[in-house]
Amino acid sequence: MTISTETTLLIDPTRDPEKKAVIDRIIDENAHLPGAVMVILNELQANIGFVSEPLQQYVADRLRVPVSKVHGVISFYSFFTTTPRGKHVVKFCMGTACYVGGTPQLIEKAKAVLGIAPGETTPDGNITLEECRCVGACSQAPVMVIDEEVIGRVKPNKLPQSLKPLMEDSGTEN
Amino acid sequence: MKYYRSHVLVCVDPECLRKGAHDVVDALQDELVATGLIDEVQVLETSRIGACADGPEMMVYPEGIHYAGMTVDDIPYLVEEHFLKGRVAKKFQLTQKAEAVSELGAPTAKEVRVVLRNSGKIDPENIEDYIAEDGYSALAKVLTSMTPEEVIEEVLASGLRGRGGAGFPTAKKWSFCRASEATPKYVLCNADEGDPGAFMNRQVLESDPHAVIEGMTIAAYAIGSSQGYIYCRAEYPIAVRTLRIAIQQARNFGLLGKNIMGTDFSFDLEVRMGAGAFVCGEETALMASIEGKRGEPTPRPPFPAVKGLFGKPSNVNNVETYAVVPQIINKGAAWYASMGTEKSKGTKTFALAGDLKHTGLIEVPFGITLREIIYDIGGGIKNDKAFKAVQTGGPMGGCLPAEYLDLPMDYEALAKAGSIMGSGGLVVMSEDSCMVDIARFFMEFTQDESCGKCVPCRVGTRRILDILERICAGEGRDGDIETLQQLCNEIRTTSLCGLGQGAPNPVASTLEHFLDEYKAHIYEKKCPAKVCKALIRYEIIDGPCTGCTVCARNCPVNAISGERRMTHHIDPDICIRCGICMQVCNFNAIEIN
Repeated sequence: MTISTETTLLIDPTRDPEKKAVIDRIIDENAHLPGAVMVILNELQANIGFVSEPLQQYVADRLRVPVSKVHGVISFYSFFTTTPRGKHVVKFCMGTACYVGGTPQLIEKAKAVLGIAPGETTPDGNITLEECRCVGACSQAPVMVIDEEVIGRVKPNKLPQSLKPLMEDSGTEN
Repeated sequence: MKYYRSHVLVCVDPECLRKGAHDVVDALQDELVATGLIDEVQVLETSRIGACADGPEMMVYPEGIHYAGMTVDDIPYLVEEHFLKGRVAKKFQLTQKAEAVSELGAPTAKEVRVVLRNSGKIDPENIEDYIAEDGYSALAKVLTSMTPEEVIEEVLASGLRGRGGAGFPTAKKWSFCRASEATPKYVLCNADEGDPGAFMNRQVLESDPHAVIEGMTIAAYAIGSSQGYIYCRAEYPIAVRTLRIAIQQARNFGLLGKNIMGTDFSFDLEVRMGAGAFVCGEETALMASIEGKRGEPTPRPPFPAVKGLFGKPSNVNNVETYAVVPQIINKGAAWYASMGTEKSKGTKTFALAGDLKHTGLIEVPFGITLREIIYDIGGGIKNDKAFKAVQTGGPMGGCLPAEYLDLPMDYEALAKAGSIMGSGGLVVMSEDSCMVDIARFFMEFTQDESCGKCVPCRVGTRRILDILERICAGEGRDGDIETLQQLCNEIRTTSLCGLGQGAPNPVASTLEHFLDEYKAHIYEKKCPAKVCKALIRYEIIDGPCTGCTVCARNCPVNAISGERRMTHHIDPDICIRCGICMQVCNFNAIEIN
């Protein structure tokens, strides 16, 4: 039973009173702005962590726009995700300087260390591996971003050291 | 405003933050309070001093002494030595290093600082710092002594052209928008700097946000607008935060909002964030995104100056364009026009990246040659390798070979050479880069970022990518080169927006300048630069290998076997050609064949 409730809450955050309060606050604060859909979705992505289909429906209802419009925006921009991501997100910059500087080798190494491909999350829900667009730290190439932190001049043989604290972090808060 | 005898600027770049820059700031404050110097010495947070690799770092003015590598425990010693005893704490003083690693170092002889004049010098989160550097005096001059027409006239005389890449004369854009009758009008700043390898706008937004705000306000006055938006990409959270702080401070000072400086001119600004779509740097897509829609471009005409954001006349300029406007107003059009070439006036910031000794941000007058940029400012190619190509203008730009090193940087010369100015990314590649692979890389990017609205771009880029992937995999066929050329031509001439029209440039320019490399891949099944995985083999040489096992331990697929202290062996069937073994080998015992 607990598992299914948790799963429902993950898919439909509006059923969680605490999250619903956050969602409602975000919508109330921004609904009056011209072009509010993007602003609200950006805030939801940042604060809830994903914008699932039930949440898209909820936003559409509150803003009185067709859900197709909300979904159209979600599916267009790469920053929006419809499923929860891992507790930690490890991103590798695929900008030109980083690519020339060795991002492909880093990703190979990360795949081997974490056992997942870019776009996937470890089975324990701890780490999501992603490739991302240029983060604008080209002079420190190759660059990876762990959560919000930019780490420059990454070397493949030093990579396991950087990932280790994240991997050990698994389960401590869950 | 309070006066201090000394200012300490602590770098809070991502790398320095990770090394504890905030703790250093806190410790400095505590120590200055404890020693009673807090009213004499001001601690500021700034970005880009230039030695993050040795961070945390700080700059002490007026002496201009650069300290780096201290910890929280060193702060009492540093404060005592420098501020109480008045001597330089040599232990932490950073001496000029042979290989600079700065994003923005001290300018070399060939550089100038116009757009970047305040970078690293002022606290971007303190409007008073900007005002102390003559900030907002241009706005005051405009509002009290110039008509909107005079403002446009002055900008026209300066020769300022759009710094987003296309190089359209800024004053003309403004006058078109001013001439539109519909109201309200909008002033938009394109801060969606999506080109990989470019970070000039991030630098300006994070280190001198008020220059952009002042420039936009002057543009609003010239055009007759009362509302503006800055559209910033979501990948730049620090820039968004800095801008929001700056806007709030400007409002508090009466420099944004109703009746600015007591005049009847009103203007306000809002920051809008993108969500990771490269095409939103295209102006019509950008406006769609601000409206809360999918960022798909629309055909022009109608141009934004006639029918833009929310269907109203809008003016879209780049960050750098707005940031330079206050200085043109203050110092005069003639001063600005004295720099640069006949048709490209003033200065341009470039982001130097790639296989250079000194990478980072530079600002140079137009007309400087690529050779001067790469060798005099960039210090030449890393590890003294040979120069192969420089990629200008991001994924819509082209790759230029060594013959073009003496090309003067201006809009026309670059276009003539088959590339573009773009927003200013310069990625330099050494002999170790495979140009077919680079073309494939850019095509992968544009293919992924194509919004899918028009067929030539959506389908055409996919076809090009398919062919390039095949060539890199060693399965190139006779006729591929001709097909690529045809596709490039068709996509360029029939796509709707700048993304599609520019998308073939990396392929077309490498086909033109590096045709032999394509031929080697297709006909000889060889990758001359030894990059394309399907065409190379890693081998361990008998002599130099000491059997240290480093390669075997780092191999992600366990393709390396061998006894300790014996020559190791790579199994080519398991090897995925990732190159990690070569990077970690301390004895240069691994070669590519």
